[in-house]
Amino acid sequence: MKKYSVFEIAKQALKSHLGWEKAWENPIPKKKYDIIIVGAGGHGLATAYYLGKNFGITNVAIIERGWLGGGNTGRNTTIIRSNYLQDPSAAIYEKSRSLYENLSQDLNYNVMFSPRGVMMLAQTEHEVRGYKRTAMANALQGVSTEYIAPSRVKELCPIINVSGPRYPVLGALWQARAGTARHDAVAWGYARQCSAMGMHILQQTEVTAIKSKKGQVSGVSTSAGNIECQKLCMVVAGQSGHLAEMAGFRLPVESVALQALVSEPIKPCMDVVVMANTVHGYMSQSDKGEMVIGGGADGYNNYTQRGSFQHIEETVRSLIETFPMISRLKMLRQWGGVVDMTGDRSPIISKTPLDNCFINCGWGTGGFKAIPGSGWATAEMVANGFPGSLAEAFSLSRFKEGRFIDESVAAGVAH
Amino acid sequence: MLLLFCPYCELEAEETEFSSGGQAHIKRESVGSSDVTFEKYLFTKKNPKGVHFERWRHSNGCGKWFHAARSTLTLEVYGTYKAQTFEPPQALQNKIRKKISNWKWELS
Repeated sequence: MKKYSVFEIAKQALKSHLGWEKAWENPIPKKKYDIIIVGAGGHGLATAYYLGKNFGITNVAIIERGWLGGGNTGRNTTIIRSNYLQDPSAAIYEKSRSLYENLSQDLNYNVMFSPRGVMMLAQTEHEVRGYKRTAMANALQGVSTEYIAPSRVKELCPIINVSGPRYPVLGALWQARAGTARHDAVAWGYARQCSAMGMHILQQTEVTAIKSKKGQVSGVSTSAGNIECQKLCMVVAGQSGHLAEMAGFRLPVESVALQALVSEPIKPCMDVVVMANTVHGYMSQSDKGEMVIGGGADGYNNYTQRGSFQHIEETVRSLIETFPMISRLKMLRQWGGVVDMTGDRSPIISKTPLDNCFINCGWGTGGFKAIPGSGWATAEMVANGFPGSLAEAFSLSRFKEGRFIDESVAAGVAH
Repeated sequence: MLLLFCPYCELEAEETEFSSGGQAHIKRESVGSSDVTFEKYLFTKKNPKGVHFERWRHSNGCGKWFHAARSTLTLEVYGTYKAQTFEPPQALQNKIRKKISNWKWELS
């Protein structure tokens, strides 16, 4: 693999940019791999990358039904933050955020991480109390956040109307080191490095059955034939329930549709990410100038990657009160993704009832920010055979034992 | 937008008139249940990719709960029925089987 650098760009420019090699290979599947990862989204690719980088395991296949990064990795609103309430969440999300800081250098691929700051608006008295509590919790966890007054909100984001009639801005939880990154580039950067380490990314290959005997997985049947493995790791977000059913167990997740939309591009007008959880809306401005808007999830099970019209209307309606200047913007595109929601709104990184089968799922509406940390923790679990310190609290057994990591309050629906 | 038929009002209405209440026909556990059955009741829902039986409430209408059979893959609503039953009406089951030949009714 050729290293990307300014010199390489200059060299290629002299050759009319015809000399660039493919970023990743499209290999013929082998009969057997040490580890098969199902799902080449951000989390699956990151798991593969850290298996190679941290544990030297490279006989790995990443099997993808569609194209890599084409699911929720390419459908989110790219927000990265770690201002969670509970200790296990703060640990893994902060690990992830800190890995994002050097990810471009680590992957030799520009993921355009932009630590522009994220503010979560407090628009009710409950939120004021909740976010003050989160700021204190974050201070104890070593995550740098602060609770700021409306005047500071206005200073950081002048286009906000802080004195709206229905939901005035009473304050905000501000994380200056949070921000956004280019979502596709995260998937592409990981894929390029995985391919360079000799791993096989098998796109347009659908897993149709999981073969197991005596509590051990022996391999998978796919649309490209049978492939054997020593360990299997499922990282398929909204499809997790379906895949787990193939393996013979049921997960505490439900799949629902979550939507996002972007406006026509306009001149730079906001350089922070604003989340308004009471009214279920959040917004940031992309480098192209589009306002990127996310909203609430639908209330019912859905595998269609499209959501209800009324949720778009609700989201936009509520944002117009907070950002009056967007009222005349035209919306360019709208899309949906299938997210897997757990009962406590925290993810699952766990062993499964099958001995050599592992699962990473349940990120719900907020998986993008967690990609590097999740991959790091999952790789550790798959390589060692048991979860490490980052992952152990997120086990499947917590639902039976009542050890919830309750982020319904801290994270709400907006991520 | 889903169109649902309220079996009490005998009216078809848009999804915004209703609220979704999750999986139908679940066995409700209480004091004295084992951890495993309680976990299943609270968290381990069916989440099928295909035919789903779910509870809906006519919240901006009569306020009553009813059941619906809906595809989570196509969003097609196969039918709705009153909630005072332990399984979907035979006619509805036949209707679904006519569309999906290998489908059969299973309690959660």
